[in-house]
Amino acid sequence: MAETLTAASSHGEHAHGEMSFWSKYVFSTDHKVVGLQYMFTGIFMGLIGGFMAYAFRMQLAFPGVEVPGYGLVSPVDYNALVTNHGTIMIFWVAMPVLVAAFGNYLIPLMVGADDMVFPRLNRLSYQVFLLSAIVLICSFFVEGGGFGGAWTAYPPLSAQSQYNLTPLGSSLWLVAVGLEFVAFLIGGINFITTAMNSRAPGMKAYDIPMIVWMIVVASIMFMASVGPLLAGAVMLFMDQNIGTAFFDPDRGGDPILWQHLFWFFGHPEVYVVLLPATGLVADIITVFSRKKLFAYRTVLYTVFATGVLSFTVWAHHQFVAGIDPRMAHVFTVTTLLISIPIAEMMFVYIATLYGGSITLTTPMLWALAFIAEFLIGGVTGVFLGASGADIYFHDTYFVLAHFHYTFFPIAIIGFYAGISFWFPKMFGKMMNETLGKIHFWGTVIPFNLIFIPLFVLGASGQHRRIYDFSHFPNLSAPWQQDLRILATSALLVMLAFQSVFLVNFVWSLWKGRKAGKNPWKSNTLEWTAESPPPHGNWSELPTVYRGPYEYGVPGRDSDYWPQNEPN
Amino acid sequence: MIERYLPAASTYAGEVDFLINLILVLVGSCFIVCEVVFFWLIFRFRKKEGVAPEYITGELKSHKRWITIPHMVVLVFDVIIVVFAIKVWYDVKQDLPPADHTVRVVAQQWAWTFAHPGLDGAIDTADDIITVDELHVKVGSLYHFRLESRDVIHSFSVPVFRLKQDAIPGRVITGWFEATMTGTWDIQCTEICGIGHGLMPARIVIETPEQHAAWMAQKSPLSIAAVTAAPSAEE
Repeated sequence: MAETLTAASSHGEHAHGEMSFWSKYVFSTDHKVVGLQYMFTGIFMGLIGGFMAYAFRMQLAFPGVEVPGYGLVSPVDYNALVTNHGTIMIFWVAMPVLVAAFGNYLIPLMVGADDMVFPRLNRLSYQVFLLSAIVLICSFFVEGGGFGGAWTAYPPLSAQSQYNLTPLGSSLWLVAVGLEFVAFLIGGINFITTAMNSRAPGMKAYDIPMIVWMIVVASIMFMASVGPLLAGAVMLFMDQNIGTAFFDPDRGGDPILWQHLFWFFGHPEVYVVLLPATGLVADIITVFSRKKLFAYRTVLYTVFATGVLSFTVWAHHQFVAGIDPRMAHVFTVTTLLISIPIAEMMFVYIATLYGGSITLTTPMLWALAFIAEFLIGGVTGVFLGASGADIYFHDTYFVLAHFHYTFFPIAIIGFYAGISFWFPKMFGKMMNETLGKIHFWGTVIPFNLIFIPLFVLGASGQHRRIYDFSHFPNLSAPWQQDLRILATSALLVMLAFQSVFLVNFVWSLWKGRKAGKNPWKSNTLEWTAESPPPHGNWSELPTVYRGPYEYGVPGRDSDYWPQNEPN
Repeated sequence: MIERYLPAASTYAGEVDFLINLILVLVGSCFIVCEVVFFWLIFRFRKKEGVAPEYITGELKSHKRWITIPHMVVLVFDVIIVVFAIKVWYDVKQDLPPADHTVRVVAQQWAWTFAHPGLDGAIDTADDIITVDELHVKVGSLYHFRLESRDVIHSFSVPVFRLKQDAIPGRVITGWFEATMTGTWDIQCTEICGIGHGLMPARIVIETPEQHAAWMAQKSPLSIAAVTAAPSAEE
């Protein structure tokens, strides 16, 4: 107990010398271990989410066929699969990997701190997160099966078991999502306070690497938006289980209320996962083009503008949901406005490449692919934000393809960019470049072949969450089925190529070339620590003399200038 | 873009399609310019031995221009899109022109029930023609629909009209359409509504006034009574 009272309590542990496996890797308070725990849990959940996509895409391409490794996909299964695929990929893959894994691992290292401000809260955050993942997985196996009311869980379908027929599955799903939010609230406190209070001496606001800024802004947005949804989740849970009627129109409730609470969170959530990805892309493209980030402050302003505006756009998900038609005008204006800062951020990234000295390493390829693909996601969003056009596109595959063109670059391309860039720091070994490039092309090309056909299908009127389109004559043309088969085939190819990554990961851990402290000749502070950094990160904490992007400064011998190097 | 896949069969379908094409042209051109510049930069500034990277802060006015000019272009395009989007939305969703006929559309797990006016021209009377999963309308007549749900949220979507509206339990939502061509097309439920969501297809049958009159004569509850009464009279 005395230990917890001392100022250095958080690092009381290192004084004890060698720790047991359990205290070092399982119940650790080290931000790096917590970050890796989040990352591996996220990868594991990603495999489940990918398997679900495999099962339901097979059903769509070959309706009624026994899917190898899964079996027959019934309508009940189909709904549960698409619901949980969406939930898992957003809450158990994008969030833990982008926000929590990179946030935990990188923030203390990049701001020059020995650990998070609240290491034990950090450990608690992961433990709650792990619990939430276990609850979610359990929900697939209870009587009635997993929840199948879509990841948006609109009541009354989600609220009343006589409608959804999954009394236990839907409650467990809701509990899991609620626990996940709690985990990220706890984690977010750490990200914000650490970046605010634990920065190395000399590190001013404009000297902070972009990914740290982005994760901090994302955490603030998450905290500000999740409250209403948590309240909504409690109300929905009570509607499900103790007979309240918050969302039941027969007894004075209003189902639309849930949609407002959900999307008030749901839209900022998109930017919560987007920002960390754009942050790490900024860090990677500057390193591999040996360029200072173009207009650092402008990027920051676009982030702040996006953060604020993202709270005012939510009802563009509800244009045709029965809200007052006049409200659509307001949300069309705000939605198109938010395209401006995000477009500007992309312009800045593209401008950064100008005059650079670009090497196309694997992390750079991923970062560039993020920009190229995310642009497609961005421009297709305009069709949906424009109220008049959304009447047609709402709930079609056009929407689905659009958000996969945002979420896939964010969660998958962003993750691969980050892991291939920071792998040397995390594990002290270099990843194999050849395998990395095979994996890159084997992921990015099939990705486009999955979702471009789905844009076309959406434009032809194909609506979402239908397990078999043969009941719809206008959606049963042979060319439409061919496109479905093309998308599914591309998915199979893409999933197969993920094994290249897993092989590369494991092989590099064992046999990879030793990385050394700073293999990419990068400026930021994490590269001044050992690879991997020990508990406590540095024996002597660094001091900062300049911003993070001083590459190619004229009149210097080397083309980089680490933040901690005194002139 | 949409007419390539699906004909436009309502008075406002052309408007929606025009808006979609307008957005396609505006954002499509932005997109192409961005990608071309992006790939050109990657190609042009690949690492070469002996060529040092330039040091550009991007904070100077002359540099910022490269961001602010595209920024203004996006802003102008956004304004154009907003103006047209609001116009289309107003015509389809906010404005309610006077109706020639009214139909009632009731969604439930997992079927559509349509109440058509009978010979008296009004719904909610004894001679309503009630059908399941098949809506019959006349071409060139302006219809109001009264949309209801008996259980969960459904969505009434007629892609060929470019029309979509969620059905909310506990509410009656009124909207309109006017068909411009005959034919039989899909009606979809576009909001997930439980395990039978995929089994909620319906059809819209758009007929000439003569065909519609013939269908009404055949389906009218009064004429059905006459048909069933006839054999018994023979006995």
